[in-house]
Amino acid sequence: MAEMTVIEAVRSALHEEMERDERVFVMGEDVGQRGGVFLATQGFIEDFGPQRVMDTPLAEASIMGIALGAAFRGMRPIPEVQFSDFVWPSVNQLIGEAARSHYGTNGALKVPMTVRIPYGGGIRGGLFHSQNVEALFFHTPGLLVVTPSTPYEAKGLLKSAIRDDNPVIFLEHKKTYRLVRGEVPDEEYTLPIGPADVKRAGSDVTVVSYGLSMHYCLAAAATVADDGISAEVVDLRTLKPLDSETILESVQKTGKLLIVHEDNISGGIGAEVAALAADEAFEYLDAPIARLCGPDVPTMPFAQSLEDAYMPSPESIAAEIRRLAAY
Amino acid sequence: MTQAPSSLPTETDAEPSIATVGDKAGPALPAGLTADDLVEVCRQMILVRAMDERIWMMNRQGKVPIAASCQGHEAAQLGSLLAAQKDGDCFLFPYYRDLALKMAVGLTPRQVMLSFMGKDGEPYSGARQFPLQGADLPRNIIQISNVVAAGLTQSVGYALGCKMLGDDTVTLCYFGDGATSQGETHEAMNFAAIHKLPVVFVCENNKFAISTPQESQMVVSDVAARAEGYGFPGFVIDGLDVIACYEATRQAIEHARNVGPALIEMKVERFMPHTTDDDDRRYRDRDALDEARQYDPVTLFPAQMVDQGIATPAQIDEFRTDAQSQVNDATDFADAAQPPDASTIYDHLYV
Repeated sequence: MAEMTVIEAVRSALHEEMERDERVFVMGEDVGQRGGVFLATQGFIEDFGPQRVMDTPLAEASIMGIALGAAFRGMRPIPEVQFSDFVWPSVNQLIGEAARSHYGTNGALKVPMTVRIPYGGGIRGGLFHSQNVEALFFHTPGLLVVTPSTPYEAKGLLKSAIRDDNPVIFLEHKKTYRLVRGEVPDEEYTLPIGPADVKRAGSDVTVVSYGLSMHYCLAAAATVADDGISAEVVDLRTLKPLDSETILESVQKTGKLLIVHEDNISGGIGAEVAALAADEAFEYLDAPIARLCGPDVPTMPFAQSLEDAYMPSPESIAAEIRRLAAY
Repeated sequence: MTQAPSSLPTETDAEPSIATVGDKAGPALPAGLTADDLVEVCRQMILVRAMDERIWMMNRQGKVPIAASCQGHEAAQLGSLLAAQKDGDCFLFPYYRDLALKMAVGLTPRQVMLSFMGKDGEPYSGARQFPLQGADLPRNIIQISNVVAAGLTQSVGYALGCKMLGDDTVTLCYFGDGATSQGETHEAMNFAAIHKLPVVFVCENNKFAISTPQESQMVVSDVAARAEGYGFPGFVIDGLDVIACYEATRQAIEHARNVGPALIEMKVERFMPHTTDDDDRRYRDRDALDEARQYDPVTLFPAQMVDQGIATPAQIDEFRTDAQSQVNDATDFADAAQPPDASTIYDHLYV
């Protein structure tokens, strides 16, 4: 086992998959000589050459359209969106095209494309380098949406995404890139897209989260344990498909549900998880379903005070767990 | 700027990267074509027109929800397709006004009518998309988006994939004049030029984006003029002339395979409203339309072939009779077909 950061795990997965299958290639803004702005592809151009580590023009719509066309031909492209906030010019190619190509050709076309998107805030990124973009893709049938939180999951899930014949939106929380470290097996492994993971077992309150905020939930769970509250933390890992079985199993055990995410509260993943619990586990609930999420402003502002006001924190999550536990 | 090979059409003095190929009289037998090929084009265009007219009629009877007519585009599509077929190693990204192209690659009248009526057995998308808009991969034809120009970047990606895999395929990407206003058209052409990709951009310019005329979409008179800005050649072609479209496409394919992208702009006419839901009397000058119809390729090309002794009047008559009987058969067949089973709605959402 080696200890890695999330970005090192991402880099390791990409490198292994490019070695394994020559149809796999990365493309995007500054991914070649520069190695990507987060260095996900550092050194790749020496190993794989400029065609498979392709610096593209600064034009996101065509990055996605070209990747999609290459996927139609049987390549396995990995377009990188430099920051999630820059995905919007390419959204037609993802939602309007990639998501419905298999369906709209009655199964004839496949889209083996993995779109890597560094997302999320807490890094003083302001309105154009902090955004959470998952809700839109979560809402889109035909896409898979993956949100790893640890190096182990980032590597195992990214390898599965690259081998999948469906279009995968692979969301890497950029604050976890160097903040989160963890053990990663030396040997080859993959993790299946779909299953959630119970990161901390508990009996009093279920806390569902993903990405960076999942780590804040773990910190909060440790804090409230000192008060005798046993919180169970479910890391979704994959948003689409949603692992409803794991969520419901936990809620049936604890009777209380808190969903935490950084994305805006309205129409977010939390709303769907809450609806799931209300539909399928109503008779088990002992408290109102609670959501602790980003407020409904475009995304987190630049000033530290405003960014802090936006982000869920271990403290605010702990307070919410205590509130639910008191029911 | 990429130097055009000597085999490309002669360039005019005014615009170095633009040439005009062909005139309505047309040469006799151009390179690579036989008399039988030209007779077959006569048969195809007569059948396509009969089909197109019947589809419109079935819309008025409430049995075809929506149709975009191909009338006026037949010569452009059949001429360019003939070049692709003779080449034998082309992959096509069509656009939505492409009945002639789809039928000429082998789609039967029955399949066409199933598609327009949205019935079970529809060959492109299982009747999930608008008529003919899914993929026909065995015939090297891919799906169409109704988000105009979305296919341009995809076609460039397809050509990139072909190049990376080391095959010899040339990708032909068809689009209308309206699509040239989209940003992705610029992005696609720019990227294709940077990587010298084997792609031919084929603009079927009918001068209208639904109701918006060309002069409200661009100030240049020729879309092909833009090619120079990307560093590859662009050509203006009489899109009502089958042979000119064949010849230009043939040379553009050769250029794409050996040098890099090319843009050919086929000036066509749209004889019908945008779709069955459109009323072009709101925006289209009737006299100009009547004048345009004087150059209908489905009338002129067979007559020209008869004049040149390539086809006989009896052959043309037989094509017309045969077309009507095929169209009747297709209509009855599709009318009697069942709609797709509702239980298939979730099929093929994921691989």
